[in-house]
Amino acid sequence: MPVIAYRDALNQAIDEEMARDDRVFLIGEEVALYNGAYKVSRGLHDKYGDRRVIDTPISEEGFTGIGIGAAMAGLRPIVEWMTFNFSIQALDQVINNAAKMRYMSGGQFSVPIVFRGPNGPAEWLSSQHSQALDAIYSHVPGLKVISAATPYDAKGLLKSAIRDDNPVVMMEAELLYGAKGDVPTDEYLIPLGKADIKRPGREVTLITFGKVVHMVLAAAEALAQDGIDAEVIDLRSLRPLDEAAIVASVAKTSRCIVIDEGWPIASVGAYVAWLVSHRCFDRLDAQVELVTSEDIPMPYNHQLELAAQPSVDKILAAVEKVLYL
Amino acid sequence: MAKSDAKKKTQYGPEFLKGLLEGMLLIRRFEEKAAQMYGLRKIGGFCHIYIGQEAIAVGAAAAIDPARDYIMTAYRDHGHALAASMDPKVVMAELYGKITGCSRGKGGSMHLFDVERHFYGGHGIVGAHIPLATGVALKIKYRGEKGVILCFFGDGAVHQGSFHEALNMAGVWKLPVVYICENNWYGMGTDYRRVSAVHDLSSLASSYNMPGKQVDGMDAIAVFENIKEAVAAVRTESQPSLLELRTYRYMGHSMSDPGTYRTKEEILKQKEQDPILILKNKMTADGVLAEDDYQQMDKRCKQAVAEAVDFAEASEMPAIETMYEDVFK
Amino acid sequence: MAENIPMLALSPTMEEGVIVKWVKNEGDAVAQGDVLCEVETDKATMEYESPADGVLLKILAQEGSSVPVGKEIATIGEAGEKAEGAAKTAEPEHEKEEKAVEKPAEAEKKPQEPAKAEKPPEKAEPEPEPPAEQTQKPRLPEEAPPQQKMTKPAAEGKFVATPLARRLADERGVDLSTVQGSGPDGRITRDDVKAAVSKTSPQAATAAAQGTLEDKTIEITPKRKVIADTLSGSKFSAPHFYLKVTAGVENLMAARARLNKSLNAHVSVNAFLIKFVAETLRRHPMVNATWKEDAIEQHAAIDIALAVSQPDGLIAPVVRDCGAKGILQIDTELKALVDKTRKGALTRADYADSTFTVSSLGTYGIEEFTAIINPPGSAILAVGEFMKICVADENEQICAKLCAKLTLSCDHRLIDGAIGANFLRDLKQMIEYPIEPLY
Repeated sequence: MPVIAYRDALNQAIDEEMARDDRVFLIGEEVALYNGAYKVSRGLHDKYGDRRVIDTPISEEGFTGIGIGAAMAGLRPIVEWMTFNFSIQALDQVINNAAKMRYMSGGQFSVPIVFRGPNGPAEWLSSQHSQALDAIYSHVPGLKVISAATPYDAKGLLKSAIRDDNPVVMMEAELLYGAKGDVPTDEYLIPLGKADIKRPGREVTLITFGKVVHMVLAAAEALAQDGIDAEVIDLRSLRPLDEAAIVASVAKTSRCIVIDEGWPIASVGAYVAWLVSHRCFDRLDAQVELVTSEDIPMPYNHQLELAAQPSVDKILAAVEKVLYL
Repeated sequence: MAKSDAKKKTQYGPEFLKGLLEGMLLIRRFEEKAAQMYGLRKIGGFCHIYIGQEAIAVGAAAAIDPARDYIMTAYRDHGHALAASMDPKVVMAELYGKITGCSRGKGGSMHLFDVERHFYGGHGIVGAHIPLATGVALKIKYRGEKGVILCFFGDGAVHQGSFHEALNMAGVWKLPVVYICENNWYGMGTDYRRVSAVHDLSSLASSYNMPGKQVDGMDAIAVFENIKEAVAAVRTESQPSLLELRTYRYMGHSMSDPGTYRTKEEILKQKEQDPILILKNKMTADGVLAEDDYQQMDKRCKQAVAEAVDFAEASEMPAIETMYEDVFK
Repeated sequence: MAENIPMLALSPTMEEGVIVKWVKNEGDAVAQGDVLCEVETDKATMEYESPADGVLLKILAQEGSSVPVGKEIATIGEAGEKAEGAAKTAEPEHEKEEKAVEKPAEAEKKPQEPAKAEKPPEKAEPEPEPPAEQTQKPRLPEEAPPQQKMTKPAAEGKFVATPLARRLADERGVDLSTVQGSGPDGRITRDDVKAAVSKTSPQAATAAAQGTLEDKTIEITPKRKVIADTLSGSKFSAPHFYLKVTAGVENLMAARARLNKSLNAHVSVNAFLIKFVAETLRRHPMVNATWKEDAIEQHAAIDIALAVSQPDGLIAPVVRDCGAKGILQIDTELKALVDKTRKGALTRADYADSTFTVSSLGTYGIEEFTAIINPPGSAILAVGEFMKICVADENEQICAKLCAKLTLSCDHRLIDGAIGANFLRDLKQMIEYPIEPLY
């Protein structure tokens, strides 16, 4: 199986879907001539031209809204936000227009669109360019929200997202774009709404998503050294959530830690933790723990910014609490 | 400002003119009834009445081909919906929040839609639909179609970033869209001159390399002719444009607006420029409209509105479980 | 102290158990965990382990007797002790909420029992403060307060337990007020309850360790109801008998490979099997018939159903008139039917009124199995996995040969053993040497 980078897996997904369906096009800042700020769209402009790979001015609200209007009218746009930090400029379009158009029109319109770009903390960027906004989008009914941790998941999820008839927000990660992994040559799709057990285990469930999946897997390895068998659930889809997978795992382990690189209050992780306490109440042999970023804007200093985020040590400390070690 | 020549006999046939007149009259009667039903608490929430601006929706709709062209507007949308030939029944039922409403009782006054008739809404956030309409224009061009979209908004919307972002991209990409600013003088309670650095809003077009023009929005024929011309420029030269249609709303911003920011005298003076009266007088002078014709026309409109109310009254409330429907496809 | 031991529920649904065999005899010394007897439950025969050390003083339920859960089956005590003086054990607990407080209630009753002179030794231990109200005020059983009130005092601050521990305690009848918590601030955890359970009831401990299945009730879909009614109707009314053969399938596979190569197609094995069955049925009309209570109907058309598994249950679409069709046509129709099945687009006309059915579980690695007849047909062929098995060839040399095990289920009301046997013999012949019938 070929081993390719996360950015190339995304590129393949876009390329294949554009080749498959003329309604699919890519729009955003620097996506065409520059080949993408993070080179996700490398080569696509050469292949598909101005009509289908469209450079925009720096007008997030404008080109996001244009994408939504085009989707209402039957196209299937992929809107690239250079980063999710800038997507906040377009939040009105996503929340008020994309998510609600179908509902407000009594089902007359659908909005088959994908919004995607890097999300979450990166490095040395301070507060405005380093933040995880998963919770903001996951809060909104009418949106689907996905977060891929591996090249395999990135490609399979993005292809499903492009084919979905609803607005899908795909959270990628700047620090993952170079990550490599197996991606089959044969076409495959990963359905939205299905979590993945990244590591099976019996004694404690670690639920997470996105970039921190890798950190959580490292924590699980460290636990295995100590003879503790942890199960790692990668949600992959934050909305809809795979509740069945969560419940099945916690029913098995009776212990649950949720790891979310966003802020703690009203976060995806907080919701999942509630869900576990609600659905698995009398399966739990310990309180549900939540490991998140600290409740502060991201500092610039590297030591501080690392301390502000989840870490293997923080996860291990949480495991100790729920295992009464 | 572009006006039709009131003195000159029009080149249009009586049936065409009667169509414009009856279209305006239907909106007028519909809105009067909507306001009345709002007072009776049959209709709730925000309800923005279009009375005074009828010439714009009707003149514009007459200038396009509904089979290939599109209309999108903001929240003062009853008039545009009716001008796009939506059934008054499903519009009134939507205002009532009934399941038979065009949006199944989930949209209300501000969110009328009819995908079949290319009426793309009814949008509630000031200026936020301007990029959407621009996106529909992108689709038309992307697909190599011949259509155009008319994007309506008020004088308040032109100071939103979305307006400038969208017009810029339409200008860069030469998208098939005609932006129609209905300047009814007040953004809610604020005289537009107090919040706009330029008083000729059509001049904003110059920033985006497109023609801008002021048009008398009280004159249905002038509206028709100028929009027709703008649409032709789109079709033949891929040239988007911005029209500022000068108009006036007789009622408050919404039904909850007492309108204390303007004088009774001002309103009365504006009412002399009533779009229905202007066209009616012209047609009478040209000898293409007898008073009896007009009375018959008015009767038909009142009848249609009465039937719409009956329909809305008799319709079922949406079942509670329908609230979970239409979230996802 | 002699103790009467009760029949326990050895399966979740067991109401009573039959003593199959006493492993220990009266007078035998027993240790906690020794098998005392074997008990047949509604599910299986289980071993009943001794809950205590001592001597089996008396067997109260003889072999072969059926004993309801809760009724005494034996007395265990110390050597020389009299069985008659044994303390009564608890009545079966039907309301699980009562379990948590069973012990304090018992403790009150005990002074009134005949064995009051022998106080239970655990009473001498300082208990973790049972609710004062309950220990001091004697209460008659009929005065038992509502369940909620009984569980509440324990829940209110007498101990801290995790939800899982509470639930396990509830299920296993453990009084949490007697359990020492090992978690933070004395929180009682799952392991604490399990330890407490294993101290008192080895059976319960084993059951508790077994996994995480959930109790749940699944609604019966209309389709599931039809399957249940049809198959139980068939199995209960048609006396089934079964015939088995092993057929070599190398010629079949070779023929199929040639056909597929020449047509650049992918004709299914099932199409071949159906065609061979059809040809064999033509020679054995009694196997292509229906029992009509007052008559036997033989069918001119050979309509063969193929069982297709679906997530929501089995269905068997029918290829009509297979006698008159070639393998390719059967294959085409079969593929269309299977496709329709997957899309859930089958209509009644697609699956009703077959005259014979073929069922194959080979792809699941099943070597052989018996199937229930699919009415109105009177026989069904169960096809196992195509697998290499060792056989002796003409020269008595052991060699590996590709074979399939075929099992024919027949309705004995119209198909006698010989009729079925002839059919199956000819079918085997047809599969192994498809040319021969044409001689």
